[in-house]
Amino acid sequence: MQASIQIPATPELDYLLRLGDTCLISGQRLGEWCGHGPILEEDIALSNMALDLIGQSRALLTLAGQKSGKGFDEDQLAFLRDEGAYRNPTLAELPRGDFAFTILRNLVLSTWLKLIWERLRDSRDAELAAIAGKALKEARYHQQHAADWAVRLGDGTEESRRRCEAALAQIAPYLPELFEDDTVDAAAEASGLGPAWSSLREPWLAEMGEVLGEAGLALPESTKFRSTGKVGRHSEHMGYLLAEMQYLQRAYPGGAW
Amino acid sequence: MYTQAMDTMREEGGQPALRTAEEAALQQRFDNRIDAGDFIEAKDWMPDNYRKTLLRQISQHAHSEIVGMLPEGNWITRAPTLKRKAILLAKVQDEGGHGLYLYAAAETLGQSRDQMLDSLHSGKAKYSSIFNYPTLTWADVGTIGWLVDGAAIMNQVPICRCSYAPYARAMIRICREESFHQRQGYDSLLAMMQNGTEAQKAMVQDAVNRWWWPCLMMFGPPDDQSPNSAQGMRWGIKRVSNDTLRQKFVDATVQQAQVLGVSLPDPDLRWNEATQHWDFGTIDWSEFWRVVGGEGPCNRERLAMRVAAWEEGEWVREAALAHSRKQARKEKAA
Ligand SMILES: [Fe+2]
Ligand SMILES: [Fe+2]
Repeated sequence: MQASIQIPATPELDYLLRLGDTCLISGQRLGEWCGHGPILEEDIALSNMALDLIGQSRALLTLAGQKSGKGFDEDQLAFLRDEGAYRNPTLAELPRGDFAFTILRNLVLSTWLKLIWERLRDSRDAELAAIAGKALKEARYHQQHAADWAVRLGDGTEESRRRCEAALAQIAPYLPELFEDDTVDAAAEASGLGPAWSSLREPWLAEMGEVLGEAGLALPESTKFRSTGKVGRHSEHMGYLLAEMQYLQRAYPGGAW
Repeated sequence: MYTQAMDTMREEGGQPALRTAEEAALQQRFDNRIDAGDFIEAKDWMPDNYRKTLLRQISQHAHSEIVGMLPEGNWITRAPTLKRKAILLAKVQDEGGHGLYLYAAAETLGQSRDQMLDSLHSGKAKYSSIFNYPTLTWADVGTIGWLVDGAAIMNQVPICRCSYAPYARAMIRICREESFHQRQGYDSLLAMMQNGTEAQKAMVQDAVNRWWWPCLMMFGPPDDQSPNSAQGMRWGIKRVSNDTLRQKFVDATVQQAQVLGVSLPDPDLRWNEATQHWDFGTIDWSEFWRVVGGEGPCNRERLAMRVAAWEEGEWVREAALAHSRKQARKEKAA
């Protein structure tokens, strides 16, 4: 079996990996819908968004690899880390659930990513700023797609509304992790690399409120539970996701693909 | 590929007697146009059997595209690199797009997409048998691109000149994308064969061994056992015979296999100087008919998966309809 790589823990790398892994793991989950959507148009749309997210993760992981000082490439970072070295917030790794869960998680994450990309266009890191400029357009489309469906499903039938409420209740405990700062945020803000995540909270709440209001839905009260994916302590779902995603790279050491 | 309709359809029961002189004149005009190589548009008069045959063929082709998303989609979450994952996602997404164009082309003949899907889900409509074979390793993904998309191109390029214009137009777009798929599939196998490990090379050879014969079957039964082909040729729906296309595919593929460094699993494969073609061994047609008849390795899984996705999505489709009805009412009231 191919052994794991070890990456140095610096605040800058952590900041990039938190973002890159969010794209990677969300893309992995969305890819699971391919061939299983409720209508053909959605099979295509969800695969298309998965493709965008994988593209964003490639750019970010490549950048992180360059900054690691060890010459890691995107694939070593994507496939050869141990679970604890992945830095995505836990929300991204939760199973795809039903279509309502997927749509509402997409709404949460695409709104959040859009806000982060907007700010990262001014990053002091020119490469990160360039990645953000391209990703922003994609995130806007993802947000629009999720918002349209959230309104359809929230307003549609008894059942669709009930499913949306259940999805939001499932998502809510994982939201604080997206908006609470730690030393990684402090360093990123100080160096001009990117915004502290806490600064995204107000605009995120405003944009979410607008969409959910139109859908006749609301975010549930916050909980005391705190998820910790971004510091590498993940949910039980992550191990299965990685086992599937990493299998070929692990099973064929020295392989060429 | 994708379109075994011509070979697997039940007999239509011959041409019904024409009732009126007017109809006879229309038929004559239609025949003349076909003979002159004209394209028929949706709004034009056409004989019932022509319409039925096309509807069956195009909808079957559409079903093949979307069922075909499953065997390869199976590997999206396990693709070995991010680049390969992106290529595979884009490819499977393209196949969904092909399904969309084709359903739209079939709808011009008077059946809704929902009706066509009902026929697929009830097992009444067929799709290409090739998708009833399993994708067991990563090399199957590349092999499908190389051989299955390759065979599809061979089969579909002539349909770009099909007498029914909406189908011909859809095929032109589709063929362009299929050649991408073929190149990408071949490229992924080449990467493993040229720079990979022994285990990877064995994986590629194993995949080629399993897909070769089913791919030759994609062209349909031999010409002398394909009774409906003549009518298809007459109507300009089918342009080139099954055996001719199959030979063309073999001739093109043998060279590609040599470059790749894999062997094709046929001891009778040899160059024939007299015919300037590659001779190949006997195809096991009993396997073809068994798989067409529903007893292939994955027939049940594939259909069950399509049905499950459709049923699980029912509440979503209902919600979208309910929302648009409410919107329409609001706009009316305003
Ligand atoms: Fe296709
Ligand atoms: Fe294709």
